[in-house]
Amino acid sequence: TKTQNFCRNEYNLTGLCNRSSCPLANSQYATVREEKGRCYLYMKTIERAAFPRRLWERVLLSKNNEKALEEIDENLIYWPRFIRHKCKQRFTKITQYLIRIRKLTLKRQRKLVPLRRKIERRENRREEKALIAAQLDNAIEKELLERLKQDTYGDIYNFPIHAFDKALQQQDAESESESDAEREEEDEDEDEDVDKREFVEAEDSELSDFEDMDKLETSSEEEQEEEEEEEVEKKASRPKSKGKTPLKGPARRKRPYIEIEYEEETEPSTKTKAA
Amino acid sequence: GDGTDPPAPERVLFPPTFSVSEIKNKQRRHFMFLRWKQQQRKEKLALKKKRRKEREALGDKAPPKAIPKTIENQRVYDETTVDPNDEEVAFDEATDEFAPYFNRQTVPKILITTSDRPRGRTVRFCEQLATVIPNSHVYYRRGLALKRIIPQCIARDFTDLIVINEDRKIPNGLVLSHLPDGPTAHFRMSSVRLRKEIKRKGKEPTEHVPEVILNNFTTRLGHSIGRMFAALFPHDPQFIGRQVATFHNQRDYIFFRFHRYIFKSEKKVGIQELGPRFTLKLRSLQKGTFDSKFGEYEWIHKRREMDTSRRKFHL
Repeated sequence: TKTQNFCRNEYNLTGLCNRSSCPLANSQYATVREEKGRCYLYMKTIERAAFPRRLWERVLLSKNNEKALEEIDENLIYWPRFIRHKCKQRFTKITQYLIRIRKLTLKRQRKLVPLRRKIERRENRREEKALIAAQLDNAIEKELLERLKQDTYGDIYNFPIHAFDKALQQQDAESESESDAEREEEDEDEDEDVDKREFVEAEDSELSDFEDMDKLETSSEEEQEEEEEEEVEKKASRPKSKGKTPLKGPARRKRPYIEIEYEEETEPSTKTKAA
Repeated sequence: GDGTDPPAPERVLFPPTFSVSEIKNKQRRHFMFLRWKQQQRKEKLALKKKRRKEREALGDKAPPKAIPKTIENQRVYDETTVDPNDEEVAFDEATDEFAPYFNRQTVPKILITTSDRPRGRTVRFCEQLATVIPNSHVYYRRGLALKRIIPQCIARDFTDLIVINEDRKIPNGLVLSHLPDGPTAHFRMSSVRLRKEIKRKGKEPTEHVPEVILNNFTTRLGHSIGRMFAALFPHDPQFIGRQVATFHNQRDYIFFRFHRYIFKSEKKVGIQELGPRFTLKLRSLQKGTFDSKFGEYEWIHKRREMDTSRRKFHL
């Protein structure tokens, strides 16, 4: 098929540029056009060819489809079949697209808001800098340790006693200077080992059965944790800090026995959980 | 003409009213500028050395090192900063829309949905988000108007609604709405990483209820947004699960991360990142539920007014 040109004239009936559908070439012509949702029938006859202002006669068509078609028919009576047919076709097409417009406006309209490149770039850059400044990992770790200290976890972990111990140790350090020196020697090693050793020994003196049970529990727990830990990201994991049992041997050797009196630990009251 | 001058003397003396930018010749101007720069650098280095010597000479009596200025230090003081002991704020919080949640009367139930026709990344992101937030359901939206689904949600007892907006196959916006007539926050979402893109060799998040960490929400606005986030998660975290969801606010950007933690010792904790991550920037906060035309906005980000100072933040 041959391609056809579009006619630029606004009164054209079919839209294509043909001899038979050119409003300029035919002296008797009719079109249907719509304005603001209402359809009009435009007619041009040869009698008014001399008066360009009055050339196109306009008839308002009714809103009802069938009635409008009848109106077209009665206005274009005795006109060539081609024009009548095309007019009616055009009219139906127009009404259809008007219906569609009305339906779409009822549905949600998607409003496209254009991005602004400069602003996007600026925000991305600021975001990166904020990320660096945030030091998320450190912040999260700090927060978790805080919560641990404040006993929000209750008795799940055995560490809470260490905090208590450390406080005691500080008090002792102020009062007894000799043990200070000794402690400082071992402090060259890891800090927790000192605590752990102390903890182990003290419990040893008082409640041995209980300690065994505790150790069993914690060691099993820590075994599980150890498995997971291997998959965990590489942190400088000190091998000594995991199990308590291996410490018992060397601890006894090095550390002189220090008597520490324990008060009965009261049940930690339920703290408000941070939200 | 001559390319470069003979090497510059130790101390170049410029006549006092001379400025490098006044030389018309580009090459020469460039050269003089470089020389000026070098001189500045030398002076700065000399100053530093002198200061360091002074500090060493003084020994213990030296004044403490100056704290470097950071943006957080220099932040413009916001008068709406919340004081932890503020009674008015406490009273407000006891009576606002989140009070029933914080009084343990309601259990959060969350509906996650997207804009029309979500594409692959968004769909997967929704699924992952649903695993992170307990008691959440993902429903796809096929052309349903938000205004109409909101009453349905309320009828079915949902407490929160999350809509993830998408553009060109990536999620870029988030609307978080507290349902029984609660505030609606609209965020711009960026740098979304799905689970497979995060470098780790870990497992999936379990079904346990995670803990929530909210960092750095200082102003009133930040406080209310923080409460909104907290209201997404059930109030009783299961510590056995050892999972934590973090919303960290830094310079008005809220970073979301989801981790699993292990206490290796009393002072060391290891965290492993699971779960998706994304950053949010608040665009607007509305009083009622989502309504773009008639809603009453509590806060909108107005670019012209609010982005003027680099040290002013609102959250």
